[in-house]
Amino acid sequence: MPRRNDLHKILIIGSGPIVIGQACEFDYSGTQACKALRQEGYEVVLVNSNPATIMTDPEMADHTYIEPLTWEVVAKVIEKERPDALLPTLGGQTGLNIAMDLHRQGVLDHYGVEMIGANAKAIEKAENRQLFKEAMERIGLEVCRGCIVHTLTEAREAMQEIGLPCVIRPSYTLGGTGSNVAYNREQFEELVSRGLAASPICEVLLEESVLGWKEFEMEVMRDADDVVVIICSIENFDPMGVHTGDSITVAPIQTLTNKEYQRMRDASIAVIREIGVDTGGSNIQFAIHPQTGRMVVIEMNPRVSRSSALASKATGFPIAKIAAKLAVGYRLHELPNDITRKTPASFEPTIDYVVVKIPRFTFEKFPEADPTLTTQMKSVGETMAIGRTFKEAFQKALRGLEIGRFGLGCDSKDLWDTPQQPSIEQVRQKLAIPNAERSWYLRYAFKYGMTIEEVFSLTAIDPWFLREVAELVEMEDRLRQYGSMENTPDADFRRAKQDGFSDRQLAVLWDTTEMEVRRERCRRGIVATFKAVDTCAAEFEAYTPYYYSTYEEEDETPPKKPGVRRVMILGGGPNRIGQGIEFDYCCCHASFALRELGIETIMVNSNPETVSTDFDTSDILFFEPLTTEDVLNIYDRVQADGVIVQFGGQTPLNLARALSNAGLPILGTSVDTIEDAEDREKFKLVLERLGLRQPANGIARTLSQARQEAARLGFPLLVRPSFVLGGRAMEICYDQNQFERFMQEAFAASDGQPVLIDRFLNDATEIDVDAVSDGQQVVVAGIMEHIEAAGIHSGDSACVIPPYSLPAGVLEEIRQATAALARHLNVRGLMNIQYAVQYEDGRPVLYVLEVNPRASRTVPFVSKATGVPFAKVAAKVMIGIPLAEQGILQEPIPNRVCVKESVFPFTKFIGVDTVLGPEMKSTGEVMGVSRHFPMAFAKSQLAAGTVLPTSGCIFLSVADRDKGRIAPIARRLAEMGYRLIATRGTAQVLRDAGIQVELIKKVQEGHPNLIDLMRSGEVHLIMITPSGKGAHTDEGRIRAAAVRYSIPYLTTIRAMEAAVQAMNILRQETIEVEALQDRFPDAVRKRPEKSAPTASS
Amino acid sequence: MSESTREAILALEDGRFFRGRSFGAPGECCGELVFNTSMCGYQEILTDPSYAGQIVTMTYPHIGNYGVNAHDVESRRIQAVALVVRDGCEVPSNWQSEMKLPEYLCQNGIVGLEGVDTRAITRHIREAGAMKAAISTLGRSPEEVVEMARGWPGLVGRDMVQYVTRSEPEHWPTPENPRFRVVVYDFGVKNSILQFLARGGCQITIVPAYTPAEEVLAQKPDGVLLSNGPGDPAGLTRIIPEVRKLIGQTPLFGICLGVQVLALALSGKTFKLKFGHRGGNHPVQDLTTGRIEITSQNHGFCVDIDSLPKDEVEVTHVNLIDGTLEGFRHRRWPIFAVQFHPEGGPGPYDAVHLFDRFAAVMAKGTAA
Repeated sequence: MPRRNDLHKILIIGSGPIVIGQACEFDYSGTQACKALRQEGYEVVLVNSNPATIMTDPEMADHTYIEPLTWEVVAKVIEKERPDALLPTLGGQTGLNIAMDLHRQGVLDHYGVEMIGANAKAIEKAENRQLFKEAMERIGLEVCRGCIVHTLTEAREAMQEIGLPCVIRPSYTLGGTGSNVAYNREQFEELVSRGLAASPICEVLLEESVLGWKEFEMEVMRDADDVVVIICSIENFDPMGVHTGDSITVAPIQTLTNKEYQRMRDASIAVIREIGVDTGGSNIQFAIHPQTGRMVVIEMNPRVSRSSALASKATGFPIAKIAAKLAVGYRLHELPNDITRKTPASFEPTIDYVVVKIPRFTFEKFPEADPTLTTQMKSVGETMAIGRTFKEAFQKALRGLEIGRFGLGCDSKDLWDTPQQPSIEQVRQKLAIPNAERSWYLRYAFKYGMTIEEVFSLTAIDPWFLREVAELVEMEDRLRQYGSMENTPDADFRRAKQDGFSDRQLAVLWDTTEMEVRRERCRRGIVATFKAVDTCAAEFEAYTPYYYSTYEEEDETPPKKPGVRRVMILGGGPNRIGQGIEFDYCCCHASFALRELGIETIMVNSNPETVSTDFDTSDILFFEPLTTEDVLNIYDRVQADGVIVQFGGQTPLNLARALSNAGLPILGTSVDTIEDAEDREKFKLVLERLGLRQPANGIARTLSQARQEAARLGFPLLVRPSFVLGGRAMEICYDQNQFERFMQEAFAASDGQPVLIDRFLNDATEIDVDAVSDGQQVVVAGIMEHIEAAGIHSGDSACVIPPYSLPAGVLEEIRQATAALARHLNVRGLMNIQYAVQYEDGRPVLYVLEVNPRASRTVPFVSKATGVPFAKVAAKVMIGIPLAEQGILQEPIPNRVCVKESVFPFTKFIGVDTVLGPEMKSTGEVMGVSRHFPMAFAKSQLAAGTVLPTSGCIFLSVADRDKGRIAPIARRLAEMGYRLIATRGTAQVLRDAGIQVELIKKVQEGHPNLIDLMRSGEVHLIMITPSGKGAHTDEGRIRAAAVRYSIPYLTTIRAMEAAVQAMNILRQETIEVEALQDRFPDAVRKRPEKSAPTASS
Repeated sequence: MSESTREAILALEDGRFFRGRSFGAPGECCGELVFNTSMCGYQEILTDPSYAGQIVTMTYPHIGNYGVNAHDVESRRIQAVALVVRDGCEVPSNWQSEMKLPEYLCQNGIVGLEGVDTRAITRHIREAGAMKAAISTLGRSPEEVVEMARGWPGLVGRDMVQYVTRSEPEHWPTPENPRFRVVVYDFGVKNSILQFLARGGCQITIVPAYTPAEEVLAQKPDGVLLSNGPGDPAGLTRIIPEVRKLIGQTPLFGICLGVQVLALALSGKTFKLKFGHRGGNHPVQDLTTGRIEITSQNHGFCVDIDSLPKDEVEVTHVNLIDGTLEGFRHRRWPIFAVQFHPEGGPGPYDAVHLFDRFAAVMAKGTAA
């Protein structure tokens, strides 16, 4: 059956900000869905709170609402737009939950909106543990023994039957929030309580532990004719017990016989039928007992998931796009496979390579967090690698993580044969408890001569994988024995490359340099070949050029077309804190812009979640790690006319020097400029020459120098070791004691590197400026005023465009300084400058904090606020089209107030102090838009999950330095009728100011104390500024408890001041929604071309 | 074995050759070089008699991961001439594994080649067509191996069934309460077919491929199954006339070579596909129900869909990728046949219900 003609307007709900468990993959799926539905002529309405997404670009949907994702707000969009249908399966768990809320609240019925793809009944059956279990029993499939409980008492009874260890899973949470394994009674009680709190319906599933069983996933699609196909099978390297998002995963399945695989395939088909997902994709997880083959169904996601994105990138099959088309009536056999054009979508992809995904963790940012990997997801990103063998893919993925590793050991971070070499006991421990470093410890284990059997008994990782890892170690030893590159025979040199060893590793093994290895390798004709990802293992010709490198006989890289320029765009690799979707957004825009100009774009990236790795974002896609070696190998084959390193964040910038030295044509701002801006001394001179100010600063190489500098500069001071980037280990020292403590640690860890000391601008307003320059003209893209004072990492701070408190004179000064810096540094493309304004003697003084001549994290936000696609503009500048020619003449001033708020992963790291500082901790962002600041701020808070109460009880506690500013805030709150509570110190300050406040006990002062009140739901907002940090402090415990009990909290005076305004407005006005296209009626609105005729017709 | 003694060469009749390493029995062999795109099921593939005379290249690089066991065989021994893989697994991992794949190859005296660019081989066959090839692990020059390949007679027009069929009739273990008596013509029948028949309540007699029709009919079976098998159906000149005699006498179900033999018996034609269908992922539409099923495929020859007498037979199944014939039924007699493998082995079981269809046909009898 062709498309449904009774539907005209379809609503898609996005997944909101990037959080652990929900990342760019839903931008990828949502973008595909929008494109697919518009291709079919439907009008698409989109709601998503995340401005850094491609899907929220004005061209992607007909009506785009960047609004908070709550059912109430989406209901307003429905009221306004009156869509015929809602496609709930493409916006992750968030989108699905909101769709279910809209259904339960009767909104969908009221406005006659049909749920397409999966209906409420099917979603309920898949998501509700009890219903799911019953459904599985009906079709004769086994599930883990277990039961559902709603109270702690019920849980205690159930535990008698199930026993320990026992898995505790709260219902309806994303990324398995609150899901965990209890080994003893105390843990059990703690985890059940937390799970009940985390579940929106106060429901927890207790389950028999299948720890150590083999874990598998199947990606399944079904059409309205009940045709079901398996898109991809996945085997987890880490066995059951580690969340699949935190596991190393491998496609396809490696260790099942055909009969076992077919049994799982049949079971998957039976599951999707029984659950009743009408059309679209689902992900089904299974566990198999390694000794008996007993198979149990673990769970099913009745929607496009993170694994679907991985499956799409692993096979080349566009699951989300096809899911969208199936939802509007098409059948699988009516849809062509874009890659082969010949096979219909009802063909099951088959692959002739191995795909390995490795998660990227960020425990270094949360030292208090438990780094054990459990059933609750903790990773913030992932990298995927493709190789002809597991060994090759595994080592490529390890270097794709971008954590300074270049494969399995044999690199500068290798501890083997160093004084830090772990003991065999430490190795055993690291193997037995799943953790982010386990891969390295597997190698140490084999280096110690442990057997596969012993390692298996400790890890339960399948012996097939262990054998592969052991063979890598054997190969390493063999290569090392040759002693030098010259002594190594060609066959083993080639074998090493086929096993995925990087030139860097070989350089370490043979005591030479990466470039020497490369030169010798090429001399011997051992060069990378590229093979296509084609969904069919070469059975049919592929038309979509999507490649991976390997060391084989035949290369399939498409030859350069005469007269067509080729530009390579280097992506950002795996998501991490500080580098995520914003940079992928910029890379996509660079590709879109250049393709508009007829330039062939070549994308290089290793992150499977992204839109940039969608096969139709660029002309040619290389799914490769972003290392010098891998990029040079691609360049050798494709002979690009230019390389863009400006858009992918720090990843490509780190490669820029080596690539430039190797002769690659870097487009835009020169590598020298990029480096100069990072060089403190050179940058100081630039500022002096331009008459710009920066906070007084100094460098210390010894403790006594540091003390001298401190005395010269005066407290407070911002201090950091010079060798770390991105705010790592930065600290603000307010007094000598704190300073001494930090310096001791810093010098101990700095390895001879100096420590940087800056005068910290206390209570200064921080400003982010994005600008674009073509070398002649400089246009400011946006001036963003931070809400939090300087000292909070700019990526964690909320910010407002246009600025809400800065005087016009300061803004003018900022514009002039920006233009002067851009011209002086000869920037071609984007640049970002961070300024601070401090009032000195009542007059604002402007300081320059940092200049980054590259795309920044705020580019998408600025583009959404102003309606100007600045990344595209910059890409065009970089290939030589001046701003004037593009019609970009002046700074666009938004006609609305736009607030960007950051979103944090603290719910995944329970017990960790949530205080903000110079080190970035947020994973994502949301945007609130309104005609005035208070409402824009209110919307941004709501979108970030901070529900500001319009009545109720507020707890106040501020550090001594903030005590002077809390009274006006508290007075305003009291006037609005909020009940105020405080502990002694703050209470005294408020009473002295004549404000009524109730005294509440501190935690150590007995019961009932603040935490008791929080637990019982009597506190509706926490306002607490930090005096010292750490989960061990009283205030740290309060902040951690706020996360645990889902109570909104604010930790800075500025945020409190803004919140007071927001709460005031929320009591007076209701939230209004507005489409992006209505704000920018002139924005280009293109409808994608109608797709090619379908396969069967 | 050291690296040097394991050197082996695969050479094609068009002169292209690939150097790799031996991972099975030492020796030399010739056959038609084909590729299979299934990602698992190598043991079923190796033991499927339909691969007689063929060198099988697996497109998935890791082969042998789960070892070999006694249950996953389609016949008593390896039937393929040789196995070509990117990476042969020396140490398998699976609870059912009883033996390593390299050992299994050696035990069966089968040559295995690993360490070659199997994707390059596949692309070459895709472009140039399945062709004659030879493998030598005995240190011959590429030119010599190319000559070996050229000297091999090939499959076209030859009766390959004679090498795989049973020489004597055999009774398959009878299920409890058998409902039907079925004679299976063994053109190289796979165990999976027999297992599904038995599971459906059939008491099975397997007869040699050249058994006269009269002998079969004398047993008064409820139905006859024409099995899968290797090679060119047009070469089966001793078999086709016997099958023709069965038409209208008893319900018939043909699978793979069975569909081709039936088509020829009904005066249809067959032709050689450029590189065949071998894998477990082709969608086939059942035109009688509209349903689409993912099928297991293994055939190098195909029934010409236009050659079938339209007044006598009706096309029931079509391959959605290339539109080739995947099944037909007789308009008058209880006869139906499919080109794909409803029994999987290896591959999906989406169409396994066809065995029920056979049972239903048998229940109605010839009168229907």
